[in-house]
Amino acid sequence: MGTIAVPTVSTAGASRQTKFENNRATREPVWVKRLVLGLSLSFFACFLLMPLIAVFVEALRKGVDVYWQALIDPDALSAIKLTFIAAFISVPLNLIFGVSAAWAIAKFEFRGKQLLITFIDLPFSVSPVIVGLMYVLVFGVNGWFGGLLQAWDLKIIFAIPGIVLATVFVTFPFVARELIPLMQAQGKEEEEAAIVLGANGWQTFWYVTLPNVKWGLIYGVILCNARAMGEFGAVSVVSGHIRGLTNTMPLHVEILYNEYNFAAAFAVASLLALLALVTLAIKTWVEHRAQVATSGH
Amino acid sequence: MLRAKSFSVLPGFNLALGYTLLYLSIIVLIPLAAVFVKASEFSLAEFWAVVTADRVVASYKLSFGASLLAAIINMVFGLMLAWALVRYTFPGKKIVDALVDLPFALPTAVAGIALTALYAKNGWLGQFIEGELGIKVAFAPLGILIALVFIGLPFVVRTVQPILEDLETELEEAAASLGANRWQTFRHVVLPILLPALLTGFALAFARAVGEYGSVIFIAGNIPMVSEITPLMIITKLEQYDYTGATAIAVVMLIFSFIMLLAINGLQAWTAKRTGRDR
Repeated sequence: MGTIAVPTVSTAGASRQTKFENNRATREPVWVKRLVLGLSLSFFACFLLMPLIAVFVEALRKGVDVYWQALIDPDALSAIKLTFIAAFISVPLNLIFGVSAAWAIAKFEFRGKQLLITFIDLPFSVSPVIVGLMYVLVFGVNGWFGGLLQAWDLKIIFAIPGIVLATVFVTFPFVARELIPLMQAQGKEEEEAAIVLGANGWQTFWYVTLPNVKWGLIYGVILCNARAMGEFGAVSVVSGHIRGLTNTMPLHVEILYNEYNFAAAFAVASLLALLALVTLAIKTWVEHRAQVATSGH
Repeated sequence: MLRAKSFSVLPGFNLALGYTLLYLSIIVLIPLAAVFVKASEFSLAEFWAVVTADRVVASYKLSFGASLLAAIINMVFGLMLAWALVRYTFPGKKIVDALVDLPFALPTAVAGIALTALYAKNGWLGQFIEGELGIKVAFAPLGILIALVFIGLPFVVRTVQPILEDLETELEEAAASLGANRWQTFRHVVLPILLPALLTGFALAFARAVGEYGSVIFIAGNIPMVSEITPLMIITKLEQYDYTGATAIAVVMLIFSFIMLLAINGLQAWTAKRTGRDR
């Protein structure tokens, strides 16, 4: 199945590594092992660990007071609020879409299914900047619906709806691509049994399908949410950067940074980094639960 | 064999597929079509003039060159990291495993300013690299490479890791018993099995890097002809209200993205065939 990699729930065993090191056929000389470990972990430290630590160190460089002031600044608070609004709208929309797409694709046969799956993946391969441009071309003042929107006194570009639309686009495939392979793997016998026993469609979905895919669903939702709250490029094009009105947290970080207000920029950034860490923690926990669930049978 | 459209007792097909197609069209297909419709408004000569302007060509070279190099670096170190995570035990392994996905979860703007702080002249790493060695990283093309390596790393690790986990030890045991040394076993037994996944990860990292914007603009310095990436050219045109110019460059990038998408689909089919995994 053609899909682009975002991590999928892995069910492979993690307890096997000692097996490799005790087996002469799969064991490298000690110096090779040290070299590989040394290189890969230094690489990990320089590219992943240190940037993460740097965010928090820079945020607290001028003390807790400055940090706190940066967070309770009215513009920061309104950016936090807008970020939450965008995520609260786009995540449920893409959740509903993901469930309905997965139901159609995994439980039924129809022509053009593979093409549909490729189309669902499309948003991942479009540059965020182009996403913003697209919506400007459709809804901007000179765009397709620009005149119509002006006549109705509606504003999408350089306003909150544009930000929500851009966020919906960039997070579009997350839930669907997590659920489709999972529901395909589970087949449809259980659902068919439920229907034959007299359950209606919703009952079947709610009591049979959903419990089977809940970990994949949660997984998709948290990754979708992380991207929704963190999107920068696409949102940047359609937002217009109006302080206190159309700034999300990542855009607020950019503005503060460009004003050389580094401590404040990193303070707001540290909230986003915290969000990333929470996302990764939940993701690791979900993977663990999914593993327990599959090996429990 | 003639496959009849199979009858299903399950309900909701029309509703689910109808909603899926409607939502897909409104959110993705119609806006994407807008780019191509807009691009068709100008003549081929005009289009060509925009997309082959010196500054734009310089940005292609930088974007594609740096992305290619970053993907190659990720392929090498991503394989090593995946290998270490699957085959070795070391303290903090679970944390390393979890943090590999950081670039997926950390907003790109945050990554951008963090990497800039780290690799700038007074940063933790920059003070050695730029201060001692005299190599300018931040606000130079090298900085772009750093950001793109960051963005692409999880793609390689996460495509190779599951294949490596599923790899049966019997193959390596057979190779060893036939007298192959460890390097020969790796080179002729393990690597061919990993190759499709490795190339998939490479292609994913490459495709993502070309379109990347947020993490790059902070560290790039954005000097015309030197450190301007192609997505930034689109932004620059938009800021000048040159929508046609922005659209023309966007079309070039979209065509590239579609080609990459097809290539990645092909590579993944190859991975599935080679490893017998049905993903």
